[in-house]
Amino acid sequence: MIEWLTSPVTLVAVTFLTFLLAKWIQVKTRLPLFQPILVTIVLLICLLLFLDIPYEDYAEGGGYIEFWLKPAVVALGVPLWRQMETIRRQMIPLLIAELVGCVAGLISVVFFAELFGASHEVIVSLAPKAVTTPIAMEISNATGGIPALTAAVVVCTGIFGSMAGFQIVKLSRVKSPIAGSLSVGTAAHAVGTAAALERGQRYGAFSSLGLTLNGLLTALLAPMILSLLGYA
Amino acid sequence: MLLVQFACLFLFLALGELIVWLLKIPIPGSIIGMLLLAFSLRFRIVKPHWIESLADFLCANLGFFFVPAGVGVMKCFGIIKAEWWPIVMATLLSTIIIIATTGWAHQWTHRLFHKRNRCSHRKDSRLNHVADGVESERKEIEKS
Repeated sequence: MIEWLTSPVTLVAVTFLTFLLAKWIQVKTRLPLFQPILVTIVLLICLLLFLDIPYEDYAEGGGYIEFWLKPAVVALGVPLWRQMETIRRQMIPLLIAELVGCVAGLISVVFFAELFGASHEVIVSLAPKAVTTPIAMEISNATGGIPALTAAVVVCTGIFGSMAGFQIVKLSRVKSPIAGSLSVGTAAHAVGTAAALERGQRYGAFSSLGLTLNGLLTALLAPMILSLLGYA
Repeated sequence: MLLVQFACLFLFLALGELIVWLLKIPIPGSIIGMLLLAFSLRFRIVKPHWIESLADFLCANLGFFFVPAGVGVMKCFGIIKAEWWPIVMATLLSTIIIIATTGWAHQWTHRLFHKRNRCSHRKDSRLNHVADGVESERKEIEKS
């Protein structure tokens, strides 16, 4: 029985069903707190802990779902194409905004981590948290962080950004939808983009742009900025 | 013709990975693939109906594919337990700062460029058109 339960196929089924349950919960309670991805993750972790199923067993089944992340990122090329004209016209403000956001992000995360007493390894692991997982883990690896922790923080950042991102945009008095979705994509990468897409194709496209540009800029600048700040 | 769409999607992913491998750049192949796809659509190398419905489906469900990675947080329970305060605070505060600064920087530079542009009226109306487009899109979605 346990073997069936922990087989990859069953775990994939469980993941799908849990997600559907999470969506149902969100619809029923209408609370933004019950963001389906977050709820799915929490329920699955609880389930695995309760049934004493080690993570490694889940990882194999989970891998079949995670596999689709890469093609899904490629698929973001379509909303991006649909907005290309608008993007072309906004190129310079976009690049400047991205540069500002990237550097501000790196400096602020390191600053606060240090302020609140994180260890050196954790600080370095936190630094690339705003960009998509593969880039973030690479940077973490290269600068002496803990890639698994970076991956965990990246997902949490994404979920937080998708839940509260547009609220933060509103509270910061950022009026333009382009600027807003760009920011959400910059801070919360693909999960933030998923939230942006729910609002519309244009939001999604600029969020993908934020994701991409911040990813590129962080990959290029993070090691340098970290060493300038004395962490690498 | 869903199979064509799968073929197209994976072709671009593979091309992206190839370019990364050839040029040894620290960027994921999927992002290169995304850019290649966008430009291929733009320059009519790829026709929209070769990719659109599959792409829209994947984009609409993007978050779901992150679930296994999220469950992977389990691997780091130890460290997270030990240093959860700085991790949470740094994550939250830094995310807020990124959103605010990026948004402000964009609005500010956009306004700067807008003022300097002689054809500011024309540009303004085009951007209003974009904003209107977004609004009408939002209303459309709310209706459905």
